[in-house]
Amino acid sequence: MTRLGSYWIGVFLLGLLTPLLLEAKDSCVECHSALDGNLMTPTQAFSADVHQHRGFGCADCHGGDSTLDDPDGAMSPKRGFLGKIKRTEVPKLCARCHSDANLIHKFRPQQRVDQYAQYQTSVHGKRIASGDASAANCVDCHSVHDIREVKDSRSPVHPLRLPETCARCHADSTHMAKYKLPTNQFEDYRKSVHWEALAQRGDLSAPSCASCHGNHGATPPQVSSVAAVCGTCHALVEDLYSKSPHQPVFAGMGLAGCVVCHGNHAVSRPSDALLAGPDAVCSQCHEESSTGGKAAAEMAQGIGGLQAALKRSDDLLGVAKRSGMEVSEAFLRLQEGREALIKGRVAVHNFQVAFVNKPVSEGLAIASETYRAGEEAMNERRFRRIGLAFSLLTIAVTIAGLWMAVRSIESKSERTKPSGS
Amino acid sequence: MAMLATTRRISHWFDERLGLDAIRQFIAHKTVPLHSATPWYYFGGVTLFLFVLQVLTGVLLLLYYRPTPSEAYESVQFIVTRVQFGWLVRSIHSWSANLMILTAFIHMFSVVFLHAYRKPRELTWLSGVVLLGLAMGFGFSGYLLPWNTVSYFATKVGTDMAASVPWIGPPLARFLRGGEEVGGATLTRFFGFHVAVLPGLATLLLILHLLLVQKLGISSPPKVEAEHARKGTSIPQMPFFPNFFLRELMAWYAALGVLGSLAAIFPWELGDKADPFASAPAGIRPEWYFLAPFYTLKLLPSHVGFIEGELLGLLGFAVLVLGWVSLPFWGTNKQGFDRTHLVKGVAFALLAYLVTFSLLGYYR
Repeated sequence: MTRLGSYWIGVFLLGLLTPLLLEAKDSCVECHSALDGNLMTPTQAFSADVHQHRGFGCADCHGGDSTLDDPDGAMSPKRGFLGKIKRTEVPKLCARCHSDANLIHKFRPQQRVDQYAQYQTSVHGKRIASGDASAANCVDCHSVHDIREVKDSRSPVHPLRLPETCARCHADSTHMAKYKLPTNQFEDYRKSVHWEALAQRGDLSAPSCASCHGNHGATPPQVSSVAAVCGTCHALVEDLYSKSPHQPVFAGMGLAGCVVCHGNHAVSRPSDALLAGPDAVCSQCHEESSTGGKAAAEMAQGIGGLQAALKRSDDLLGVAKRSGMEVSEAFLRLQEGREALIKGRVAVHNFQVAFVNKPVSEGLAIASETYRAGEEAMNERRFRRIGLAFSLLTIAVTIAGLWMAVRSIESKSERTKPSGS
Repeated sequence: MAMLATTRRISHWFDERLGLDAIRQFIAHKTVPLHSATPWYYFGGVTLFLFVLQVLTGVLLLLYYRPTPSEAYESVQFIVTRVQFGWLVRSIHSWSANLMILTAFIHMFSVVFLHAYRKPRELTWLSGVVLLGLAMGFGFSGYLLPWNTVSYFATKVGTDMAASVPWIGPPLARFLRGGEEVGGATLTRFFGFHVAVLPGLATLLLILHLLLVQKLGISSPPKVEAEHARKGTSIPQMPFFPNFFLRELMAWYAALGVLGSLAAIFPWELGDKADPFASAPAGIRPEWYFLAPFYTLKLLPSHVGFIEGELLGLLGFAVLVLGWVSLPFWGTNKQGFDRTHLVKGVAFALLAYLVTFSLLGYYR
């Protein structure tokens, strides 16, 4: 190899090694990787941490100088080394960056920076501030050293995993004993229609703990604010309830609005049976013979009647459709009837019969109109089949006639054929 | 008496100008071979009858149909719900299209198994096979016209297949679609093919096919010919008119009965209006007569050696079609003897493939 060749190979290898030589030194990871147990674990977990991906290192939280090889120098208090962060100090430490809009918006321009301010208003934040180290801080929910983005399904605060994360403390009777809090919320929530939507249907917009209690500013809704909390999703229902005769009565009795009929964590699938019958919630307060009891029965009857009428139309149109009749317009109209049924069910939250009867009457008119369309389709089907029977009979007679004509022609030609041919 | 005299005078007037007497003489002397396979001869006539029904019902549909994406579906919906007996006309048009392709297939295979493609009937065979191809073209172009979800996506799949042919594929697909995607331009083009181009070509070829049948007469199977040659007798013949014609008429009436029953008991569904922005529904598949090639292409891996699977499949079909079209030329050897066993074997294999793969394509 010539001298010039060796020179160029040297330049090439140097080019390859330069990025490695220029990479920032991190003595924290280098030393702690060689240790055992809790002193080593963070170095492994940190590779999955969102902060590491954004270029932050151990020293950004724990202080010190990660460029120095000497442990005493690197972990010197003079260089700001904090060591293990006290649990009560964690929120303040996280807030150093997460409350700094200038810093956070470099990474995510629309990221909120009020988490710490909210946390301070929460029960968790207040207890931490009062020196209760066992109250939840940032890392209890978001994890530590392997913090992932909320949208990452492996994050403990991803919507699908959040209820289990809250339950880690709130379902732990030992942990909750000193706060005198019940521990059945998670068990109840798993029976609810909200859990069904979230866990079984995978609907990430379905409510979990934070949807009602808040996340960083987590606080139990007060009796007076329950309807407002439910109303963040069920806005129309909240509006109807706020104008209903129940609202001032429940407020006066100190009853928590929606929870009175639907429960809180174990919110069951709403059904018309809540109005009347053995599972009715109305009858818990109103006797059957009372005005309220009669109104509940009347509303149940109206809604049940509409549901039955719509089903009757649907069944008939279904038979017509399966027979090949074109009933798509009637099915579209029937959909409007179903919407009227939904409106009727929602109107119940105003607790006035006249208010429920309006959409119910509209729905009944649609049900009757679509049933007529179904009957017309079935009449048309009958007409077609009778027409077919007559046509087939005519065709059969014609074929028989043609066959007789053929036989007659052929037997005539047989007779007229000269003998011997 | 006066009436009869007038009719005779009119007939004579036409006879002087058109030579109707020669046609009458031709029909009077035309015969059809009579043997155990004679009933297979009716399928050609039934196919013709169904073609005529297609033309008549198609003309009636044209009175209301509008070939634009915003109106096509609604106009067909109007036909089947508002127009008096519109449902019957549309159902008969759709069912008879399918029955016509079925009877054309039966007619073609009966010609093969009776070895009616032999010299001098090569051109009759060729015109018949091209007519079947045109009938399938009618089916493919007509399928899109109601502009419903199934037809829209089936056309998308069909034109995508055309696009995968090397060299000519992409321009051919653009020509068929009138652009890069199936849309309004495709509907207008398919409508043009369906009601103008294909009917024109089909009518010309049909006339040629029928003229050839009249000129060359109806073929008898080699087995029947050989049997009578051995006995020294001639094959018995049935007069075409009225004997065969009346029997054919019975077959037409029977086909009409089947069509009427299908139309009344299973009216052709309209489905939902096509939404080009929606995702393709699951289990989308073409009409039954395209199922065998469709399922074959579905089974092929993405690559077979260095060649793309779909392309290999299309090349295979091209070879198959060319081989089938040229049947009269390889169906006899250089000495002029029929290769009946070879032809029957190939025909059985093809029939088995078409039936099996169509069923698999339908149920899987």
